Amino acid sequence: MEILACVRRVPDTSENEIQLDSAANDIQRDDLVYSVNEPDNYAVEEALQIVARIGGNVTVVTVGGEEDEEVLRREMAMGANQGVLISDEIFSGSDGKGIATILKAFVQKGHYDLILTGVQAEDGGAQVGGMLAAMLDYPFASLVNSIEILEGGKLKISREIEGGAKEMNEIELPCVLSIQTGINEPRYVGMRGIRQVASVEIPTLGASELGINAGAAGAAAAKVNRADYFVPSLGQGAEMLQGNQEEMVEKLVSLLKDKGGLK
Amino acid sequence: MARIFAYILHKNGVADDSAAELLAAARKIDPAAAPTAIVTGRGAELDAVCSALSASYRETWKIANEALAYPNAELVRKALVNVLPKDSLLLVPHAHFGVDLSPGLSIKLNSAYVSDVLSIEGVEETQLKVVRQEFGGQISAHVRCDISSGAVINLRPGAFKPVESASVTGRVVDKSSAAGELAARRRFLETVVAESGDVDISKQPVLVSVGRGLQEKENLAIAQELADAMGAVLSCSRPVVDAKWLPKSRQVGSSGQTVKPRVYLACGISGSFQHLVGIKGNPFIVAINKNPKAPIFQVADVGIVADMLEFLPELTNKIREASAVSA
Repeated sequence: MEILACVRRVPDTSENEIQLDSAANDIQRDDLVYSVNEPDNYAVEEALQIVARIGGNVTVVTVGGEEDEEVLRREMAMGANQGVLISDEIFSGSDGKGIATILKAFVQKGHYDLILTGVQAEDGGAQVGGMLAAMLDYPFASLVNSIEILEGGKLKISREIEGGAKEMNEIELPCVLSIQTGINEPRYVGMRGIRQVASVEIPTLGASELGINAGAAGAAAAKVNRADYFVPSLGQGAEMLQGNQEEMVEKLVSLLKDKGGLK
Repeated sequence: MARIFAYILHKNGVADDSAAELLAAARKIDPAAAPTAIVTGRGAELDAVCSALSASYRETWKIANEALAYPNAELVRKALVNVLPKDSLLLVPHAHFGVDLSPGLSIKLNSAYVSDVLSIEGVEETQLKVVRQEFGGQISAHVRCDISSGAVINLRPGAFKPVESASVTGRVVDKSSAAGELAARRRFLETVVAESGDVDISKQPVLVSVGRGLQEKENLAIAQELADAMGAVLSCSRPVVDAKWLPKSRQVGSSGQTVKPRVYLACGISGSFQHLVGIKGNPFIVAINKNPKAPIFQVADVGIVADMLEFLPELTNKIREASAVSA
């Protein structure tokens, strides 16, 4: 099976304190720790496990800049057969539809049975997979947390719905699935693995190779634009305990006692 | 102003709570709006939903079809593309169904899409101005959406407070024949309910809940010792289940359990929206997190900026000392 996994390099939410840079209408990006978007990593692992069972190839693709090559190499160190960087100045400022438009052009240059994305990225958009599927006229399912290969070009998948329940579906190939975290246990990638793929050439495709004109993606085509970031004025917020650890522990024990938190 | 529609989720003949939230959101877009409810399904259950909705929506569009007995997003999308007028604004709850439906629907309608909207600030010419969150709720963003060729707007459940309004005598319009042929290459099979675990966290008065700050499975012992000392039960957030450190039955949140404890101690939990919606009943929430920007501090009663792995053992010791004294 030919599988395409769409990945993205994002600031790692769990490792960063996001601070406002009000002068730039942005967040402070200088010291951010970046990594592969977590659900995307599960998508690549799932692709690798499918190929290990039934054969095929895994391609990882990202839309971005030179700095994004590192996530492609990381996923190749996991076992992806090839990485492709899609990069062009005219793509900057794309909204979700713009990114889906770019990926559609790339998909149509190849032949993929299954396209996987992560369920969402740091902006919480949860949109590119569903848009890409609609553009390609492929069936789509979101929040996928298990995949079973059936006979006759079909998959049996489950979607994560409320309360820990699963919605079971049968879906025809080719299709697009957005992958939820927890579907598998992504393999560990060590420095050695990264070094092994450090010199592998990663092809870069731009707008002309993909036949995308300026009006179809990038800032000019974006209907959805972020005006600025801000820190919302909180309601009350928490009463923050102060002092050294011992003092905070003491205060907390007495609060827990008052609120019925201790036996 | 384009016509506003609200996609109504329902189950067992009863409209979802989001029906009133979508109505409130429509009024934020246009105070004079009389949005149209749009409901898909079949049979008597669908009729019951439509008839209940006509007490709050002036017009309800009913799309009845045997194929829509279960809301398969691929089929619902086809029906909506055939039924919705050009350039409509469609409001959808941003839950698992909305995530499935809306991005692809916006492409087929050639309209804009904005997901997980927390509030609506209004319309300036062709631009709808909304508020979203990014980076797991650490920061908010104003987002502008060009609605000149319509838009699909997914709204965060619970973010829009239903507004009091006089009850109306709405009418139900049957649009079933306009929905067209409904076939899809994705077929719903069944719903599998969650396996129940060793303890029912939804019934516990005191929960010690752990998140990504746990870092390693071995550190569960630190949290378990605290829970034992407090007479509490261990629960967790999503990353702990993803890593297979605790079973799914211990997960608090939209895709896990809804809990109603008296005291909730959130340790190393950032406090994503999906986690917070699983905490009901206004418990006393204590948050321990080393990131002072963690959104959990916005909802906690008491916050402590500390590494849970250092703080918890000391807390456990102090509680043991205190109980030894009182015994």
